[in-house]
Amino acid sequence: MALIDSRKVVTGVFTKERPEIAERTLRTDRWWLQPALTFGVLISFVIYATFRAFEKKYYFAEPLISPFYSPCLSTACVEGSTHFGTPIGSITIFGLLISPALFILIFPLGFRMTCYYYRKSYYRAFWMSPPACAVAEPHKKYTGETRAPLILQNGHRWFFYAGLVLNVILTYDAIIAFKNADGQWGHMSVGTLVLLLNASFLWLYSASCHTCRHTIGGRLKNFSKHPLRYKAWTVVSRLNHYHPNFAWVSLFGVAFTDLYIRLVASGAITNFYFF
Amino acid sequence: MSKKINLRIWRGDVNSGKLEDVVVEANEGEVVLDVIHRVQATQMGDLAVRWNCKAGKCGSCSMEINGKPRLACMTQVANFNEDETITITPLRAFPVIKDLVTDVSFNYKKAMEIEAFSPPADLKPGQARMQQIDVERSQEFRKCIECFLCQDTCHVIRDHEENKKSFAGPRFFIRIAELDMHPLDMLKNRKKKAQEEHGLGMCNITKCCTEVCPEHIKITDNAIIPMKERVVDVKYDPVRWLGSKIRKREGIV
Amino acid sequence: MSEKIQMERHNYDIVVIGAGGAGLRAAVEARVAGLRVAIICKSLFGKAHTVMAEGGVAASMGNVNENDNWQVHFRDTMRGGKFLNHYRMAELHAKEAPDRVWELEVWGALFDRTGEGKISQRNFGGHEYPRLAHVGDRTGLELIRTMQQRIIALQQQDAKDHGDAESFIKVFAEVTVTEVLKESGKVAGVYGYRRENGVEVLFEAPAVILATGGVGKTFKITSNSWEGTGDGHALALKAGGNLVDMEFLQFHPTGMVWPPSVRGILVTESVRGEGGVLTNNKGERFMFKYIPDVFKDKYADNEAEADRWYLDQDNNRRPPELLPRDEVARAINSEVKAGRGSEHGGVFLDVSKRLTAEVIKKRLPSMWHQFYELAGVDITKEAMEVGPTCHYVMGGVEVDPDTAAAVGVPGLFAAGEVAGGMHGSNRLGGNSLSDLLVFGRRAGAGAASYVKQSQPVKVSESAIKNATERIASPFKRTGGENPYSLHQELQEITHNLVGIIRTKTELADAINKIADIRKRIENVTVSGDRLFNPGFHLSFDLDNMLLVAESTAKSAIVREESRGGHTRDDFPVMDTKWRQINNISSFNGKEVVVKQQGLPPMPNELFELFDIHELEKYMSKEETARGGVKL
Repeated sequence: MALIDSRKVVTGVFTKERPEIAERTLRTDRWWLQPALTFGVLISFVIYATFRAFEKKYYFAEPLISPFYSPCLSTACVEGSTHFGTPIGSITIFGLLISPALFILIFPLGFRMTCYYYRKSYYRAFWMSPPACAVAEPHKKYTGETRAPLILQNGHRWFFYAGLVLNVILTYDAIIAFKNADGQWGHMSVGTLVLLLNASFLWLYSASCHTCRHTIGGRLKNFSKHPLRYKAWTVVSRLNHYHPNFAWVSLFGVAFTDLYIRLVASGAITNFYFF
Repeated sequence: MSKKINLRIWRGDVNSGKLEDVVVEANEGEVVLDVIHRVQATQMGDLAVRWNCKAGKCGSCSMEINGKPRLACMTQVANFNEDETITITPLRAFPVIKDLVTDVSFNYKKAMEIEAFSPPADLKPGQARMQQIDVERSQEFRKCIECFLCQDTCHVIRDHEENKKSFAGPRFFIRIAELDMHPLDMLKNRKKKAQEEHGLGMCNITKCCTEVCPEHIKITDNAIIPMKERVVDVKYDPVRWLGSKIRKREGIV
Repeated sequence: MSEKIQMERHNYDIVVIGAGGAGLRAAVEARVAGLRVAIICKSLFGKAHTVMAEGGVAASMGNVNENDNWQVHFRDTMRGGKFLNHYRMAELHAKEAPDRVWELEVWGALFDRTGEGKISQRNFGGHEYPRLAHVGDRTGLELIRTMQQRIIALQQQDAKDHGDAESFIKVFAEVTVTEVLKESGKVAGVYGYRRENGVEVLFEAPAVILATGGVGKTFKITSNSWEGTGDGHALALKAGGNLVDMEFLQFHPTGMVWPPSVRGILVTESVRGEGGVLTNNKGERFMFKYIPDVFKDKYADNEAEADRWYLDQDNNRRPPELLPRDEVARAINSEVKAGRGSEHGGVFLDVSKRLTAEVIKKRLPSMWHQFYELAGVDITKEAMEVGPTCHYVMGGVEVDPDTAAAVGVPGLFAAGEVAGGMHGSNRLGGNSLSDLLVFGRRAGAGAASYVKQSQPVKVSESAIKNATERIASPFKRTGGENPYSLHQELQEITHNLVGIIRTKTELADAINKIADIRKRIENVTVSGDRLFNPGFHLSFDLDNMLLVAESTAKSAIVREESRGGHTRDDFPVMDTKWRQINNISSFNGKEVVVKQQGLPPMPNELFELFDIHELEKYMSKEETARGGVKL
């Protein structure tokens, strides 16, 4: 009985009518591994991305631009990187110039934060709600996504739309990477490949997204009246199955692309040209 | 062929209970329900366990095996290591009655709260015409055998007894999705009700329901998330909301 | 447990025992007639054995082949039952099945569709045209869920109209009925107990509908769940009703045979309907050797034609794998006995050679799942091992076809597997689900009109006292026999002595042994208390199973012929004399007594649906010369 008295929260599996079992879980497998890995990887990404967002340099090496800084829209951007002009001008807070990355990163960040797959991952890994299936969570109260701020998760589709715009821009970036450093077309480097892959992964991530699946056909009641949308829905549904894979691959892709460009821009390596 | 295996079976009732160790014979190809039956026939004549078909079709023998919600009839003894003790407990999200039997009446109450199928008033028997592609989504959800493992594993109620009032649970989200996607269902307010009365917004899509479903229904991806998106259409998307006002219908039919 | 036994009392117009397809359909009909109905089920609501039905529900809607109509369905049913069916039941069944399927659709069922958007229909053994409405291979689940949701819809309506969802229909889950109570010769109610806690329950009601399903658990190898213990059969016998033709048990030809723990679990006939082929250990497609004379003109006698049939059904005869179940079961039995069986005593059923993996998983999803998870066999790549399993009892309570009223017991009704007569000596696949719906509805309507015309009678205190004592008795005894081992013994007896192939000496032996167990059962003791105690539950089921087994053995020993689900090694052929006779079992308080009764002859308009040459295979010259009777 001692164990039972030490129960901190008398709800959930420790509610009086439920079978009297002291353990929070009787799972014998390594259920903690998955959330621990997720936690580690996501935290590493956040640290790296934060560092890069505030570094404000080494993100452009003609013609390559880092996805963290594209499109670069403020006057603070390094020379040559402002393919779409500088509509934002320059904004300072307390005398500090805001990094041009911050105007951009908010969108992919929002897209990933509200993504149905990432929600699962970070609710488990960071919030432990629940840490794993059939493992009692530590919280006393739970209201899910019914109140602020989590009710904002319902805005996923707006970030999805923004993500599509960014995908177009990053694809544009990959296309101009077929130039050489002097601006002449018809060349291709390792950097071109990296940007192309990055853009492809991002397209796959967006196209496999649950909101995309809903928009393209999922909201229909009768598929048979919309044969083309049904066809598109079946394709997206197949991709959707791999959405978690695309979510991770594209995340690594973005970080790797940025790292590659940083190494090139900082002079640590040279961008090898195939032709 | 037969060997001895170690089981720890939870025995007790609503007042108290504990895990009891037993050693029992297991033969090749047997499932956990078989060894439970052997324990019942040879050592514990009054060991309470629910079961019916023993073929994974009725969803009666739901319990937790090594902490995981499972059907005992579909869990092979061979999946465990020879020297491993298999721990068997009742479902931990529901009140216990005795031993491995729990009171699952919560689920029947919730079933009653979901508004029934409502076909067009003038639909005559034999007149319905539906295309296979239009019924397939709902058919997936109708595979549900009501084992209630998804309800058991869902942390919204498993870990928060107080949420039982306001949360229908995954089994009934697929029922709502089934009806909302049913070509002949005419009820217009299912999406709103899902959010406002059945607690769809409580779900944080951590997918445990999908993980435990013995019928491999993609509860989260094919029912809950599509319903959440449909709710956004009618509640949180001003553009679509405006569109629906102009066209006087809820979403595109 | 305290000595003071609690008891609940309820009052209803109609009590339905059993919440499978027939029980729920009856309850809906009775409710719609304005009556208050209690539905009692032994397990949880929605778990009834109906969920195990896989293939489909037979109804001549003509959606796939428009030549189909009720007359063809009627003919197939009579042929399948070897003309021992009650013609009127087969007629009503064939006529009403389409309406029963269509109404399910209005209640939300989602059957697989044809290209035109109608309900798709598949081929099945013994059915001349594609006739089975289906949902993959889980049609029974669809049926039970639809009925369950129909009940909820009615309850929701009652909540709106009367303020209480359970004012007209209430489900009492996990209740065992131990007694049908009668007062002055009429049904007065039922008595039982809640399995959860042993609390006793009295239902006072002028009408009781038995919809308890089958008896499979009497046998060792069966596709039935623990619920198939013949409760309704036994309740009817004890209430003074009759059972008709209890010797006819259907051994489904294809049950799983390996591993042992799943032995008997059903492998749906749809596997053969979709093109599955049976072979022995020599790789020989043996069914061609077993086509009986009466079926020679309808079944292909060579592989080429059989294979062509899947593509062109109008110009080819059907493959012999699709013969009625009794024929296929006997054929498999013979192959195994002749040493041509598989390693584990079955034969091979292979669908992987005809269909692609994708199609198999789509059309037979739960079969794929079942073999993959339970036997480690991937049916898209390899053959299944299958063998006969006790599946269905054709015999059952003798009823009036139109109202489902049990003969001899005013107020008692029976529908579904527990009722007899409809299927004759052998049931066609798919005719069970349609039987549930057609006669479930008729029982509901029959009971409703009976209740409206009769006065309810009060249950007497002495009847209650007797019922209570019976429930308490297993706890009062000590040192008696264990119900589990007695059950096992009974199953061995039925399996070995009353199985697929029977002989006079074995049957006589079985009758003696069953009588012996009946004596010993009076000593059964159970451990523990009344709280959800399976040993206690089994002690009542056991009593029912014994009555059923006795009735089966005693009917089987007198029927000196082989027909459908009754095969006598010592009388291997059909006998036209026995075609005209039903074996009627009744219970005199001590033992089951079997007597013979003439089968009602077909009226002229049904008689004339058949080719006279076909009838000559089943009937005596005098019968065919006489023709049908004028009604």
